[in-house]
Amino acid sequence: MKKIRAWQLAILLAPALIIYALFSALPLADTLRLGFYTANDAGVRSFVGLDNYRTILFDPDWSAAFWNAMWNNVKFFCIHMALQNPIGLLLATLFSLKGLRGARTYRTLIFLPTLLSVVIIGFIWQLILSPLWGVGEKLMGLVGLADWFGPWLGQESTALLTLSLISVWQYVGIPMMLIYAALLAVPEEVLEAAHAEGASAMRIFWQIKLPLIYPTLGLVTILTFVANFNAFDLIYSVKGALAGPNYASDLLGTYFYRTFFGYQAQIGSPTMGAAVATLMFLVILGGVGAYFVLVQRRLTRYAL
Amino acid sequence: MTVSATARAPAAPTLVQRSFGQAGHLWVHAVLCLYAVIALFPIALILINSLKTRNAIFEGPMALPTAETLTFSGFQKVLSGTHFLLYFGNSLVVTVGALVLIVLFGAMAAWALSEYRFPGNRLINFFVAIGIMIPIRLGTVSILQLVVALDLINTRTALILVYTAQGLPLAVMILSEFMRQIPGELKDAARCDGVGEITIFFRVILPLLRPAIATVAVFTMIPAWNDLWFPLILAPGEDTRTVTLGVQQFIGQYATDWNSVLAALSMAVIPVLLLYMAFSRQLIRGLTSGAVK
Repeated sequence: MKKIRAWQLAILLAPALIIYALFSALPLADTLRLGFYTANDAGVRSFVGLDNYRTILFDPDWSAAFWNAMWNNVKFFCIHMALQNPIGLLLATLFSLKGLRGARTYRTLIFLPTLLSVVIIGFIWQLILSPLWGVGEKLMGLVGLADWFGPWLGQESTALLTLSLISVWQYVGIPMMLIYAALLAVPEEVLEAAHAEGASAMRIFWQIKLPLIYPTLGLVTILTFVANFNAFDLIYSVKGALAGPNYASDLLGTYFYRTFFGYQAQIGSPTMGAAVATLMFLVILGGVGAYFVLVQRRLTRYAL
Repeated sequence: MTVSATARAPAAPTLVQRSFGQAGHLWVHAVLCLYAVIALFPIALILINSLKTRNAIFEGPMALPTAETLTFSGFQKVLSGTHFLLYFGNSLVVTVGALVLIVLFGAMAAWALSEYRFPGNRLINFFVAIGIMIPIRLGTVSILQLVVALDLINTRTALILVYTAQGLPLAVMILSEFMRQIPGELKDAARCDGVGEITIFFRVILPLLRPAIATVAVFTMIPAWNDLWFPLILAPGEDTRTVTLGVQQFIGQYATDWNSVLAALSMAVIPVLLLYMAFSRQLIRGLTSGAVK
């Protein structure tokens, strides 16, 4: 019955494939190609092999900034893994408990920040943490910690950590929702049976619920990885393209932007930008590849 | 869902109560309440202070506006100093435009890929799946060249096309999954009546997709609405600015004018807040049903 002519298939597939290829796949491939070129002042491009990569990775004028952004990005990711995902897991576990009143309200309220633009969230926290306004200091005073308050966004030692925490605060809703959906799929009978055998809520969590949602935790990890190594908006709106102070909050995204468009004395270069984008692509591809080879293949999927 | 049914049976204590006693739920509520406050307080603080005079903002930031401290001057400045409504309209055109293209083209492709066997099916599936994991931003250098070459720079069309390309891969996956669940009898009945394959898609399948559209909308509209990167690079012009970019630029210029900054932030938040209040149930259902897969 399922007979379809080639031209009919072509009509169904063409619009999606053309837009996707033209504005996503081909630009990505073209960017990978451009990374091997350089342009002279007249804009004429010539092939230079791996020169751009040698410059970014080893030339002292460039490599320090690149490795700084890379290292900051690793820290940014680690903070998300250490805080965002465990908090998301805790919240999802709590409001998926059977018979909890107001669970839907909590879910709706806690998800709200995730919905707003990073730009808006960045500015909101910038105001709250501003020593000029003093709201942050006053709030810490309520719990007796007023002396600990500092201009965290402005200090080299704390800027990246503060921005990471803002990002964690905003995006905790994503792991929370994904884990919540996975917990909903855990069959009631299994939990009831465990309980009938005398298992405590804690034991049920650690030995039944958690193993059943491992695939989702793996998915959350890789989504966090891709989002973090692609982050730009928060840093740009709070600290600008220079990701100050003294590049302390520079991530690969802001480094890519500066390399591509230029800043202050340095002139932007599309080909160098393409090389940076290629390196980011390799990092993300490496992460995604490692996830599929190492994690997903080993995870047992329970048929629920 | 049987959640509500068990919740109302008073005889059976819940798992938590059985393990931690009656106080168990109190602890759970305490933790969730505390986190809800942490999540909402910063936003509430901005909304409250946007309605107050400059002095009141600094003297009593936690206080609600009173008759003496209430002012709308910040909002007036934002409305007169920017084309906020225009930005808002731009965001709406871009996100809705992208959603329409994603749903229509995504459903057509998902139908072809999930219903028919043909050479190259798996290859196309793989080609599309790459776009789910690899961020479209990495191709920005070439996208900018392309948009310049097509003379689409500073147009909303450029943003619509880019967000469509960004959203299509996930939409194709979600819609394919959904279409596999449509009973075969529906399609076969139409086929027995001699209806063509393309007509079946538009007359039978497309109208059935409504529940899945919520899921697709959540995953495509929110990132597009909130994006700063592509508006900044492809459409920074005054006429085509989206809300996110407009607010970012406005605050950059008026950084020291607290009334205006707070009002601009509130005006960016309030429409989203209203939409969320109206559609949060559908949104969360869309999010969780898409996520189970």
